[in-house]
Amino acid sequence: MTAVSTARPALRHRLAERGIDRTLLLLVPGLLVIACLFLYPFLYGLQLSFAPRRGGVFANYARFFGDPYLRDTIWTTLGIALPATFVNVFASIPIAYVLRGRVRGKRLLTTILVVPITLGTVLTAQGLIMYGGPAGWLNKVLTVLGITDQPLPLIHNYTGVLLSLVVTGFPFSFLLTLSYLSGIDPSLEKAAATLGANGVQRFRRITLPLLAPGLAITFCLSFVMAFSVFPSAQLVGDPANETRVISIAAYHAAFEEYDYSMGSAVAMLMAVVMLIVIGLVMAWRATLYRGATGGKG
Amino acid sequence: MTGWVARPGHWVVWAVVAFFFVNLAGLVLSVVVDSFGTQWFGTWLPDGFTTHWYADAWREFGLSDVLLTTAVVALVVIAVSVAVGVPAAYALARRSFPGKRLVMLLFVLPILIPPITYGIPLATVLYKVHLAGTTTGVILANLVPSVPFVVLTMTPFIEQIDPKIEAAARMSGARTASVFTRVLGPLLLPGILAASILVLVRTVGMFELTFLTAGPDSTTLVVALYNSVFAAGIRANQSVDAMATIYTTSMLLLLLVALRFVNPTQLVTRIREET
Repeated sequence: MTAVSTARPALRHRLAERGIDRTLLLLVPGLLVIACLFLYPFLYGLQLSFAPRRGGVFANYARFFGDPYLRDTIWTTLGIALPATFVNVFASIPIAYVLRGRVRGKRLLTTILVVPITLGTVLTAQGLIMYGGPAGWLNKVLTVLGITDQPLPLIHNYTGVLLSLVVTGFPFSFLLTLSYLSGIDPSLEKAAATLGANGVQRFRRITLPLLAPGLAITFCLSFVMAFSVFPSAQLVGDPANETRVISIAAYHAAFEEYDYSMGSAVAMLMAVVMLIVIGLVMAWRATLYRGATGGKG
Repeated sequence: MTGWVARPGHWVVWAVVAFFFVNLAGLVLSVVVDSFGTQWFGTWLPDGFTTHWYADAWREFGLSDVLLTTAVVALVVIAVSVAVGVPAAYALARRSFPGKRLVMLLFVLPILIPPITYGIPLATVLYKVHLAGTTTGVILANLVPSVPFVVLTMTPFIEQIDPKIEAAARMSGARTASVFTRVLGPLLLPGILAASILVLVRTVGMFELTFLTAGPDSTTLVVALYNSVFAAGIRANQSVDAMATIYTTSMLLLLLVALRFVNPTQLVTRIREET
C-alpha cells in the first residue's frame, strides 16, 4: 500500500518533469478533429486507391502511369505551378526590399497589394477574359499604340492560367516576404555599410542569407496554392489539353466517372508530388543559416 | 529617404509595381463596368448603364439563401476552431514534451497539402456517412484547414505572454478556470479576434473544400459563383459579373475589417513597428 501511494505521485512528478501533465489534455480536441477529418479520410483514401474497380491492387496506379493523358497531368501541373511560384516569390523580393523601411504611403501600398486576395478566382478569371480578351482594353491599348497588329492570345490557354496564378498568388507571397524581411534587424545592414559595403554587397552578403530560410517557406506555401489550380485552369485555361492539371484529372475521376478509387489514387499522387517538391525545398533550407535574424523584440 | 535620383533600382521596382497596379485596375474595372453595362461589344465602354443585373443575379442565384449558408458555415467554423485550437495552442506554447514535433507536424500537414488532395477522400468519407451535400458536411470540411490555422497563429502569440503572469495569479489563489477566464482570456482576446477574422476570410473564400462537399442547399457564395459560370443554360455574362462584384465587395469589406486588427506584415514574425 505504502509503496503504491509513494510511487504514484513520483510517477506523476517524473512525467511532469518531462513536460507531461494535465495541460496536455488541452491538445486532445484539436488532435481529435485532425485525426477524424484529416488523417482518417486520408488513410481511407489511400486504402481505397489500392482497391480499384477492376484489376489488381496497383491497377489504378498502373492505369495512371500507363495513360499519357493522365500521366502528363503531373508535368502540366508542375509546368504551370513552378513558373508561377518563381515569378511570385522572386518578384516580391525587390518590392518588399524597397517597401520594408519607412516609406511614404507604405500602408496604402501594402493594402492595395493585399486587395487581389479578395478577388477570388471567378472575378480574376472574368476580369482576365474581359480585360485580356481579343476585344478587351489591354489589346485595344496595344493596338492603338501600334505595339501589336492583332490581339495577343492571352486567355483560354497556358498564359491565362499563369496570369491568373500570378494575380492571386503574388499578394500572398509578397506579404510573407515582407514580413520575413521586416524581421531582419536593419542595424545589421547599417553595420555592413559602415564597413564600406555597397548596396549590392549588403543585399547579397547580409540580407539575402538571412532572408533565404523565410523565402523557402514562402516558396513552399505559394507552391501549395499554385499546385492545386483547379478553378482557374477550368475558367481561363484550356482544361481539355494545355492546362489539364492533375486536380482536374482527380475531380474528373471521382465526381464525373464516380470512380472514387481512381479519384483517391490521383489525389494520393498529387500529395506525393507536392511533398517531393516541398521536401527538396526544405532539404535545401536545412543547409542554410538559421540563427537569430536580429528581429526587433 | 535620401538620394532618390541616385537609385535607379528603386525606379525599376516602382515601375513594375505601377505596371501591376494599372493592369490589376483594368482587370477589376472591366468586370465592374460590365456588371453595370447594358450591351458591350468591342467598344471602349458599354452602350448604356443599368443596375438590373444585380437584381437579376440576386433572384436567379437565390443569393439570400446562399449568403445565409455562407454566414452560418463561417460562424460555426470560427467558433469550433477557436474553441478547439486555442487550448491546443496553449498546450503547445507552454509545454515541451516527447512527441511535440509529431503533434506540430500533424497540425502543419493540413495546411501544407492542397485542399483538393484531402478534399476528395474526405468527400468520399462524407458521402459514406451521408453528410456530403449538407451544411454539416461543409462545416466539417472547412474545419480541416481552420483548426491548424488557429493553432499555428495562436502558439507564437501565447508564447509572448509571460508565464509569470499566470504563476502570479496562481500564487494569489486563482484556480485553473479563473486563470483562463480572468487572466489569459483578456490577454488572448486580440489574438483570438485576429485569428477569427482570418479564419472568416479563409472560409468565405475557400473554394475547393466547399465545392467538393456542398449540395444544392448548402453552397456558399464562392461555389455558387463558380457554378453560375458553369451553370447549364445561358447565363448573361453581366449577371455573373454582378455576382462576382458582390462576392469581391464582401470579401474586401471582411479584409479591411481584418486589417484594422492585424498588421498583415506581422503574420509570421511578430515585431514592433516604431511609428
